[in-house]
Amino acid sequence: MSASTRSVAFDTPAREKAADAFGMWVFVGSEAMLFGAVMLVFFVARVSYGPAFAAASKHLSLTLGTLNTAVLITSSFTMALAHFYSDARRWRAAVGTLAATALLGIAFLAIKGTEYAMEFHEGIAPVLGAPFTFDGPDPVHAAFFFGLYFTMTALHGLHLACGIIVVAGLLALWRGADASSRKRRVQAVGLYWHFVDVVWVFLFPVLYLINR
Amino acid sequence: MSSDAATQLSYLDEGAGPRAWLLTTDHKRVAWLYLVSLTAFFFLGGAFAVLMRLELATPGGDLVSDDVYNRLFSLHGIIMVWFFLVPSIPATLGNFLLPLMIGARDLAFPRLNLASWYVFVFGSLFALFSVLAGGVDTGWTFYTPLSTLYANGFVSTAAMGVFIVGFSSIMTGINFIVTVHTLRAPGLTWFRLPIFVWTIYATALVMVLATPVLAASLILIVLERVFGIGIFNPDLGGDPLLFQHLFWFYSHPAVYIMILPGMGVVSEVLPCFSRRPLFGYKAVALSSMAIAVFGFLVWGHHMFVSGQSAYAGVIFSFLSFCVAIPSAIKVFNWSLTLRKGEITFEAPMLYALFFLALFTFGGLAGLFLAALAVDVHVHDTYFVVAHFHYIMVGGMVTAYMAGLHFWWPKMTGRMYSETWGRIAAAATFIGFNLTFFPQFVLGFLGMPRRYHTYPPEFQFWHVLSSAGAVVLAAGYLMPLFYLGWSLFRGARAPDNPWGATGLEWQTASPPPPHNFERMPRVSRPPYAYAMKGLKHERFSPHKETTGETAA
Repeated sequence: MSASTRSVAFDTPAREKAADAFGMWVFVGSEAMLFGAVMLVFFVARVSYGPAFAAASKHLSLTLGTLNTAVLITSSFTMALAHFYSDARRWRAAVGTLAATALLGIAFLAIKGTEYAMEFHEGIAPVLGAPFTFDGPDPVHAAFFFGLYFTMTALHGLHLACGIIVVAGLLALWRGADASSRKRRVQAVGLYWHFVDVVWVFLFPVLYLINR
Repeated sequence: MSSDAATQLSYLDEGAGPRAWLLTTDHKRVAWLYLVSLTAFFFLGGAFAVLMRLELATPGGDLVSDDVYNRLFSLHGIIMVWFFLVPSIPATLGNFLLPLMIGARDLAFPRLNLASWYVFVFGSLFALFSVLAGGVDTGWTFYTPLSTLYANGFVSTAAMGVFIVGFSSIMTGINFIVTVHTLRAPGLTWFRLPIFVWTIYATALVMVLATPVLAASLILIVLERVFGIGIFNPDLGGDPLLFQHLFWFYSHPAVYIMILPGMGVVSEVLPCFSRRPLFGYKAVALSSMAIAVFGFLVWGHHMFVSGQSAYAGVIFSFLSFCVAIPSAIKVFNWSLTLRKGEITFEAPMLYALFFLALFTFGGLAGLFLAALAVDVHVHDTYFVVAHFHYIMVGGMVTAYMAGLHFWWPKMTGRMYSETWGRIAAAATFIGFNLTFFPQFVLGFLGMPRRYHTYPPEFQFWHVLSSAGAVVLAAGYLMPLFYLGWSLFRGARAPDNPWGATGLEWQTASPPPPHNFERMPRVSRPPYAYAMKGLKHERFSPHKETTGETAA
């Protein structure tokens, strides 16, 4: 055990870094099954009630959805930069890009919140007993679409919020960490961040685009 | 790392206060934390079962009302499945042994390991709350629309408890997978791993890939109950059957989470007490992986009468038969391991042999259920109850007891009473068969499950079953006493009391804090019991130590 490994089990920091990355990949695999299950529910419903889903989908804000996609992909870019900079030991740049990543994540959540508020206002949020009005062909199944929409995007938003908290934690612990811990953490957190981004890359077309 | 100072100290000497235990990251101590909590849940779940068997001793509803009875079997199932069986062997024996067996100092993520126990405890508080507050009456399966529209118990709380405990499963799974990949000792190739490690690895894969699907289905139930999103409610456009698909997509693989580690234990015990290498090592190792994969493809056999399409039924029936192949490969290899062995009947071996008998019997009953037409006849009867108890209790719990006795000297540094061990093993075997064999008959005669009253002509079989439950309970209570007694008064255990192969036996009993004084190197295949020049010493607390040389 050397002083710079966190776990007594490892002999070298390099080995621990590889194990951390592998652990995160396994976790991402697990998360993929979680989102996979929920998306499966969506697809089954989409096949059963296609016209109702298509009509309901048109009520989502394509503008805000597209904007959010751009925000999130940019955040993945800054996260990739942070990974690059930390491997190159350019610590200031790494901190800057990590902070930018977290801020972009917060921006995404703010836009998503605005979108939710609009949907509640429009009366197409069939949750928490809110009044639901829909003037399309099949309001029952349209409500089902919106139920799934809120479930899937909220689940994703929750994951993004966790990502923001973890990035903030990483920055808070930055000063006390040595070089190998920093690299190891940026790599692991980065993997998770990219995964949450990829989930949105699936959610966006499935919810906003596929029905148009 | 240097260990000069720790030569005489074991992991048990590292402090005895609550802080030393509750803040430990030593996998061996975390294993004890799990062992204590799981034992408590095992007896809690068992108490519910005893109450049910008492009620069923007479045809009328004398002891409890129908509503209370519904809560009893629901809580029995929820606690036994999620708070005992799923974590049982992986979190206790697996946690303790995995690093020892692969020659590592600890798991890859020791803090994650401790965190998983805290998550487990946190989740179990939800479950205990729902027990104390009045229970759940949905059965352990939380079927919709009963659970979402009609159930009046604490469904959301119990579901949250199960959901949170799922996280602890995933954490354990990730830890085990990474550990097996990255921390094997020099020379310990994949095909030199003990089968226990293979099965724990396969289990961890299933935990990581199936548990999130359960999480998704439970989230959707809570969303429906609390937020009114009607995913399983046909009035709101949802589909109740969808829940069963999602639920069994996890819960069938979960059956393999429960049984695979048991198979691993038996694969360690049988070679040791017959002094023979495990027959067909590679076939046994790979069949564990095959079971893990097939386990994901058979969920539909729980839904033969739920209204899924007949074509789906036929395919799921076929795939369910396919699972029997890797299981049978294991049973044949275990049996052939015994052939020409120098078999002795210590308590772990008795348990392992009982496992072999009960698992084979329960597995064959499973083939009846996989057959579409037969299943329609016995679906939701005691036949199904008897089948899964033969696998889960007769198989899994028996293997758990085998492992607990086998590695007890390693875990505690003490020998248990061999006489009492054998008596308890025999009591569980007799009690188990007396409890559950009559249930096969009952089921075939048409006694449905989940009823607290029944026609008088079934009473003979129900009384037999209830009587067996008393013997079985005694069989499970005995170890609590003699194992507990051995902690303080048992004879000191040598490092390798059974003369077993495996890295865990090459270190002290109990092991030092970081497991090995000198990190091991491996140059032999596993189960080298018949290898020339290898001398096996076996410990006996009663007789003089006999030196045996394997043939």
